[in-house]
Amino acid sequence: MSEPSEPRFPGGAAQVGQHMTTSVPQAAALGMTLVSVGEAKGCMAVPWREDLVGDPDTGVIAGGVVTSLLDHTCGLAISAAAKGQMFGTATLDLRIDYMRPAAPRAGVTAEAHCYKLTRSVAFVRAQAWDADPADPIATVQAAFMMSPRSA
Amino acid sequence: MSEADHAKLGAFLQRAPYVRFLGMRAELAGDEMTAILPFSPHLVGNTTIPALHGGVIGGFLEMTALAQLWVTQGSGKLAKTIDVTIEYLRPGRAMTTYARADLRKVGRRVANVHVEAWQEARSHPVAALRGHFLLAGD
Repeated sequence: MSEPSEPRFPGGAAQVGQHMTTSVPQAAALGMTLVSVGEAKGCMAVPWREDLVGDPDTGVIAGGVVTSLLDHTCGLAISAAAKGQMFGTATLDLRIDYMRPAAPRAGVTAEAHCYKLTRSVAFVRAQAWDADPADPIATVQAAFMMSPRSA
Repeated sequence: MSEADHAKLGAFLQRAPYVRFLGMRAELAGDEMTAILPFSPHLVGNTTIPALHGGVIGGFLEMTALAQLWVTQGSGKLAKTIDVTIEYLRPGRAMTTYARADLRKVGRRVANVHVEAWQEARSHPVAALRGHFLLAGD
């Protein structure tokens, strides 16, 4: 549990999520949007855009866009798990399995769950889909180093 | 690497909008391809350090693997990513990043590829990727 003296993001995880989509240059460049924040969970999306396509033969959004979205959404889930406490995260590793390509000209949504948070490490699972959460395009397993950060 | 390989690499870099979004380039020298990602503000994921976004580094590594397969296979079709493991070793600073891919095994249907990225010195990698790719035509 956090000490009362530790800095907190005033509005909690939802505000962190807003901040993450608008103030992080890569997220803003991708047009990332906040979908929801829940108990140790976060959900974000990237709408389809012509300049984000990985293979012009198919019109499918690039794997790298999905990687940025998944990594970012994992960060949001960690914020939610930390209940608005301020910290820095550094991705240790990210394992992504691609079940199938996204549909042509489809945006991608990702949901992440930080299922274990220690003082040093956060363990996160996530998945991404284009139309139906039950039919994912990618699943993720990731670990992050946690470092305290003052406000 | 032949003239034809240079042409294939040029075609790869031209065709994918996401390659242009990243601002990624690549050079062929002898039998080695080096992918180059010049720093650009829109690639930043952490403004405090500042550092490149982990997804940008992952996307750059994946594109490097796909570029190497594209040049080597010469089928004119993009391989499909099956899975990737990305290991982050150091923060990607606000400077040019380089990457090289090593095709560990290219089978009939699947290739295993390792990619390593560095900035100031190749001996100090910032990230590495290991992945499996379904070859075009399968």
